[in-house]
Amino acid sequence: MRTLTKNNGPLYWVVLAGTLVLFTAAFLLPLVWVLLGAFKPPGELARQPPTILPETWEPGAYADAWNYMDLGRFFLNTFVVAIGAWAVQMAVIVPAAYALSKLRPMFGNVVLGLMLATLMLPSTAVLVPVYLTLTDLDLLNNPAGIWLPAAANALNVYLLKRFFDQIPEELLEAARIDGAGTWTTLVRVVLPISRPILAVVSIFAVVAAWKDFIWPLLVFPDPARQTLSVALQRFAPDTPINLLLAGLVLASLPMVALFLAFQRHILAGLTAGGVKG
Amino acid sequence: MRRHVTAYGFLSAALVVFAVFSWYPIARGVVLSFQQVNFVTSPDWVGWENFERLFADPLFAVAWRNTSYFTVLALLIGFGVPFLTAVVLNELRHAKGYFRLLVYLPVMLPPVVTALLWKWFYDPGPGLFNSVLRGLGLPAPQWLDSADTSMISLVLVITWANMGSATLIYLAALQTIPGELYEAADLDGASLARKVWHVTIPQTKFVILMLLLLQVVATMQIFTEPFIMTGGGPEESTVTVLLLLYRYAFYYNDFGTASALSLILFAVLGVFSFLYLLITKKADG
Repeated sequence: MRTLTKNNGPLYWVVLAGTLVLFTAAFLLPLVWVLLGAFKPPGELARQPPTILPETWEPGAYADAWNYMDLGRFFLNTFVVAIGAWAVQMAVIVPAAYALSKLRPMFGNVVLGLMLATLMLPSTAVLVPVYLTLTDLDLLNNPAGIWLPAAANALNVYLLKRFFDQIPEELLEAARIDGAGTWTTLVRVVLPISRPILAVVSIFAVVAAWKDFIWPLLVFPDPARQTLSVALQRFAPDTPINLLLAGLVLASLPMVALFLAFQRHILAGLTAGGVKG
Repeated sequence: MRRHVTAYGFLSAALVVFAVFSWYPIARGVVLSFQQVNFVTSPDWVGWENFERLFADPLFAVAWRNTSYFTVLALLIGFGVPFLTAVVLNELRHAKGYFRLLVYLPVMLPPVVTALLWKWFYDPGPGLFNSVLRGLGLPAPQWLDSADTSMISLVLVITWANMGSATLIYLAALQTIPGELYEAADLDGASLARKVWHVTIPQTKFVILMLLLLQVVATMQIFTEPFIMTGGGPEESTVTVLLLLYRYAFYYNDFGTASALSLILFAVLGVFSFLYLLITKKADG
């Protein structure tokens, strides 16, 4: 592949080295700084100029943060919210995309159009009416208050439908001749072929739920039911800084681990799955 | 006939969640904008009163000015940086995986974590940034604590946090540019800048335009960062439209006026969303 420059000569190495330094400084060092910061006692953290490596290592900060903020509870809440949001969304949109792609009912295109129209809508434009609807349905302080609105994800319906559209009709026909019903065909034939797109949609659904702040903030007024993000911002003003830093590191670990494990899927999904990041 | 019944059976769950949590709230939002809502009595129709209340609120103009300023700053910084980064990364043959990993890492952090971390970095005293600046003998700004720099500080945070997606999308677009175009430009003796201007940018203009519009729509709805890092201060310099909306709805319980503000925001963003749709349609066809 040809690119802008010919990729040789000393200039290439200078640019490469510069980019390496810049990227490491911009994206890795701040995170290392936080990791190290959590090991320093609050007095050392207030010092100017700061110490680079902790003078006094306090590895207990991570355990203290866990107990001080009762992080176990909020981890559990966040897992319930994220895994539930994923499961409910899949249960809702997979059959819908399958119906729109392969069963092609009357007015199917109208339904798809109405779903896609919601993409034009900035999510915050419906903040108040969705909140009031959740109140009417008595879904406050209930994870379903996150799961159900998150399931109305038109972009993912569209991505799945576009993938299903490419599955050859003959394959479904063959299943039908073998006596498979519509449901069996979906589960036995369509889903196994669709693993790549299902992986992408699933990962993005879990990540979106884990990162969300404004909806859990509104849906969980009860502190005991809050997610990590909501709880951390509530604790932030009154928590010793080293414990807060440790809490922030711990809250990020699951997503960082997910990223390292599914890096290939996530980076491929970014471009395959349109441009919604 | 049976086919249609089965199909609607498969569609039923989606129809319900879309109806209850998407389509109905849109209509309800419009209705609410013209009502006085409290939870005690049934809602009253009040005509344009909610809009009049908004226009009379000095914070309304402030919020729009701040949001526009934020959007422009985010375009200047947050739009150019990922594109240039992608252009540079596309030239490099080494450490490709490392660069991609690093630039996308912040995207995986929950925005609340990023906001709280950067608040700590911005601390004018022992914060990371001012420690580095003082170490280099440079002036140390007040960052979030001054109305002059509060907004740009927020822009830096969201750029750092979100540039990974844009960079990688640009990178993918850059890789679809046929190499012959650069070879032809080389034969004409074009300089690096001319090649970027005449080959790279025209070849990726759909993606650039799409991300531009998406970014405008996203930045105009900024909430989490000002909510956590500044609470709208200092001197209301970071009160955004969404922060004002949140105050109306959840501090004053004035859902009617909050809905009126959503409707205005929707109308403004609708223009950008519509442009986005036109462009993607054109790119598809």
